Amino acid sequence: MKPRHKRFALIGGGLAVLGLAAALVLNAFQSNLVFFFTPTQIAAGEAPKGKAFRIGGLVKDGSLKRQPDGLTVQFIVTDTAKEFPVAYTGILPDLFREGKGVVAQGKLGENGLFTASEVLAKHDENYMPPEAQHAVDEAHKAAKTVKQ
Amino acid sequence: MSNRIVNWFKFASPQTFYPLAGKMIPWFWALTAVFGLVGLYIGFFVAPTDAQQGEGYRIIFIHVPASWLSMFIYLIMAFWAALGLGFNTRLSGMMASALAPTGALMAFLSLWTGALWGKPMWGTWWVWDARLTSELILFFLYLGFIALQSAIDDARRADKAGAVLALVGVANIPIIYFSVKWWNTLHQGASVSLTRSPSMAQTMLWGMLLMALAFWMYSIAVSLTRVRAIILERERHAGWVEELKELKS
Repeated sequence: MKPRHKRFALIGGGLAVLGLAAALVLNAFQSNLVFFFTPTQIAAGEAPKGKAFRIGGLVKDGSLKRQPDGLTVQFIVTDTAKEFPVAYTGILPDLFREGKGVVAQGKLGENGLFTASEVLAKHDENYMPPEAQHAVDEAHKAAKTVKQ
Repeated sequence: MSNRIVNWFKFASPQTFYPLAGKMIPWFWALTAVFGLVGLYIGFFVAPTDAQQGEGYRIIFIHVPASWLSMFIYLIMAFWAALGLGFNTRLSGMMASALAPTGALMAFLSLWTGALWGKPMWGTWWVWDARLTSELILFFLYLGFIALQSAIDDARRADKAGAVLALVGVANIPIIYFSVKWWNTLHQGASVSLTRSPSMAQTMLWGMLLMALAFWMYSIAVSLTRVRAIILERERHAGWVEELKELKS
């Protein structure tokens, strides 16, 4: 074995060990690296109790209600399996829409109402012109009527 | 075959690489200009408005190329670092040092444009989600690499120390890339990937790819310029440097 081969073997071995260590560390931190919990996870008791955490999912269609004071809103966050009502006082981000992604930070009350102190919009990775979006929506509607 | 290998290794010496790099630089600048102009034109005038985000999404034409390059440059840097450690070639270390500032610039651009984009769309400049945090770590890795190298006076030892740091940091690259898949993040998933067709309108995608090429060519041009400066600095006592026409005046 030439010294050069030895060095490359050392580098390769080092990288392999490092990769393994990184994988193990990440695996151990798995639960701390979660940015938000889905309603299903919360219902299963995976979210921290009595502490602030983030809930993430879709804003349920037709669930957005504004209180008379004009600033407080209530909506339902769903992952299509489970859902939680969320109350929030403040300005919603521009991309906040019914049927779109949302991440809200706050606390879950005893009554199952999630009181948010911050609401962020989570958009998807699809980029298309409005006409294409319209066509997609129409196709979805058509597909739904066919199913029914 | 053996002929070829000899030819390639010829350019591993700073003396032969210096003029070669000098000849290549103008071409990469030309490509940067062509790709950049066409990419910007498509980005601003041809690509349609986005259905969800309106005109604001157009920052994607800077954000995504910068993010790609920040990861790609790191891989190239680590590649040179590994070659330098293994073969003990002088040029490899110089290449790694030349790439680091450009990589840091790309990581910074990615973070900065991401913040500018996040505020109007998500409603926040910054969140500590896995994607954003790992990209920030990448930025610090670049800065750490530069700082470590400049803290060691002996160039060859600086190369070795930097190379080890660069190789250790490589673990971060797959973490950045797959973070949106492995964990729940605020950042959305990849619009363009090797495994499935892109989820973007054609013209948007073309604008983004052309801008990525422009950023790529720019990075090569700047890094080659920088590596030439590094070669001159480190080899200043060598005979061939003293013979250089451009330094005679």
